[in-house]
Amino acid sequence: MADTTTRAKLRWGLLDVAVVVFALTPVLWIMSLSFKTPATLTDGKFIPREWTLENYRTIFATDQFVRALINSIGIALIATVIAVVLGAMAAYAISRLDFPGKRVLIGVSLLIAMFPQVSLVSPLFEIERQLGLFDTWPGLILPYITFALPLAIYTLSAFFKQIPWDLEKAAKMDGATQAQAFRRVIAPLAAPGLFTTAILVFIFCWNDFLFAISLTSTERSRTVPVALSFFTGASQFEDPTGAICAAAVVITVPIILFVLFFQRRIVSGLTSGAVKG
Amino acid sequence: MSANATPAGADVAADGTDTRSTGRHAAVPAQRNNRRRKAPLSENKRAERRLGLLLCAPAALVMLAVTAYPILYSVWLSLQRYDLRFPAEREFVGLQNYVTVLTNEFWWTAFGVTMLITVVTVAVELVLGMGLALIMHRTLVGRGIVRTSALIPYGIVTVVAAFSWRYAWTPGTGYLANLFSDGAPLTERASSLAIIMLAEIWKTTPFMALLLMAGLALVPEDLLKAASTDGATAWQRFTKVMLPVMKPAILVALLFRTLDAFRVFDNIYVLTAGANDTSSVSMIAYNNLIRGLNLGIGSTMSVLIFITVAIIAFIFVKLFGTAAPGSDDGERR
Repeated sequence: MADTTTRAKLRWGLLDVAVVVFALTPVLWIMSLSFKTPATLTDGKFIPREWTLENYRTIFATDQFVRALINSIGIALIATVIAVVLGAMAAYAISRLDFPGKRVLIGVSLLIAMFPQVSLVSPLFEIERQLGLFDTWPGLILPYITFALPLAIYTLSAFFKQIPWDLEKAAKMDGATQAQAFRRVIAPLAAPGLFTTAILVFIFCWNDFLFAISLTSTERSRTVPVALSFFTGASQFEDPTGAICAAAVVITVPIILFVLFFQRRIVSGLTSGAVKG
Repeated sequence: MSANATPAGADVAADGTDTRSTGRHAAVPAQRNNRRRKAPLSENKRAERRLGLLLCAPAALVMLAVTAYPILYSVWLSLQRYDLRFPAEREFVGLQNYVTVLTNEFWWTAFGVTMLITVVTVAVELVLGMGLALIMHRTLVGRGIVRTSALIPYGIVTVVAAFSWRYAWTPGTGYLANLFSDGAPLTERASSLAIIMLAEIWKTTPFMALLLMAGLALVPEDLLKAASTDGATAWQRFTKVMLPVMKPAILVALLFRTLDAFRVFDNIYVLTAGANDTSSVSMIAYNNLIRGLNLGIGSTMSVLIFITVAIIAFIFVKLFGTAAPGSDDGERR
């Protein structure tokens, strides 16, 4: 009996290791490249023979990268806040209220979740040029909000449905005002859901490449993924590999931290929104 | 609802019913009892509807403004000859652009490539994702570690992952390039496509697995135990018990991933930039628009991609039947 459980554990352990290796290899590889010196960059070894921080110094010395990083953070944060607020309003209505057009709204958000983003690139390019939004922060924030909203609405309505709303009534019965009931009872219960949704939306905005590369043309609003693809190194003739890898690691770190700290929440957010609609 | 309606609803009724009584109110006879219970309810109902619409309006407006209007606009653009390099030659040409695109072999090559990538990656991901979901759901040791590391490919920026794969497969910088051949895999069509698919599969299998895991969680443990007692093998338990229960989750995961795979762009852009006929439809639409500045042709491709996606979605929704997400919303609340 004890023998079979150890064997089972061993088997699962091996499978676990396989998953971890599969998931982490490309990440570790790019990290390793980012710490290599130009001389050892091409040795194909997983562990750098000579460690250096030169690549990181290079990218933080260039305006190209720093500016893009600011753009990325600013655009993703603003889009996240707006999408979560609008999404929370809609999700509250969907999960708590009865009104005409509810099904339509759910249907529309489902459609947008599946919408081929490239279909919007040509018209948005032209529309934003005419409106003067091309190559500006709002020019990227708008499409990000749009495509983040279905995600936000689905995840948040799944969360809101689990909140025991009767507590609100109970608090009011005990003499709390509507505002107090909301602040003391409902808000703390809703906070984890909002937070999880914010992480998912942020990851989505942070990852986007297609809109960022189509709707920007200068450093003014170019985000890091796009800047990466244009990287040329400190001078034009320098091999940018090390610098690209360092920049890639910098924008990967926040995501890895999110995942490490909020794994459980991200999993529940992604799954609750998906299965039960 | 009725309990909720008592204090606030009564107030509304006191000053509301007389002026704004609708036909339905009038139809309710003057039985005092009945009326008092009904009138505040419907007034409350109306307030609820108004609040619901009000709360949804901003989200709905943004979504429609950024998708519906542009897609209609791109239909309009697709009917014109419109090249930003020669703006003077802009004119209405009807379906000319569609003829141009649909008789162009590059378009069909890209279409074929996209379809191939979609079918292969989604099929592989379904199998791998199911395996990963089972591991994440049932492993006896290290569940936290497995789930955390599985989330990393999901969270990572696609462009970053694509660069990692590109350097891995480039002779010189790479650890994989010389593993399978002496040449440079990213300079040949077949191996480039294989690498693009590998990168896609690596990146999106975890998402597939998470959706499937949500389905796995719905499988009742008792049912598995019962099947086990009745002598079902592991494979029988999987195919006869788990799969039927998971069917809706599987369909949702397939739909989302199929449409997502059809949009493949980032990986191709970084890995091959479309060289050696490895462009996807997104890639050539982008090239025609941003590189070629040809709005007419670019928009035509946009519309064609939109139509293709709509057809795929339609087929899936037909398959879904009642399992479509959101369809059970009427009863829930």
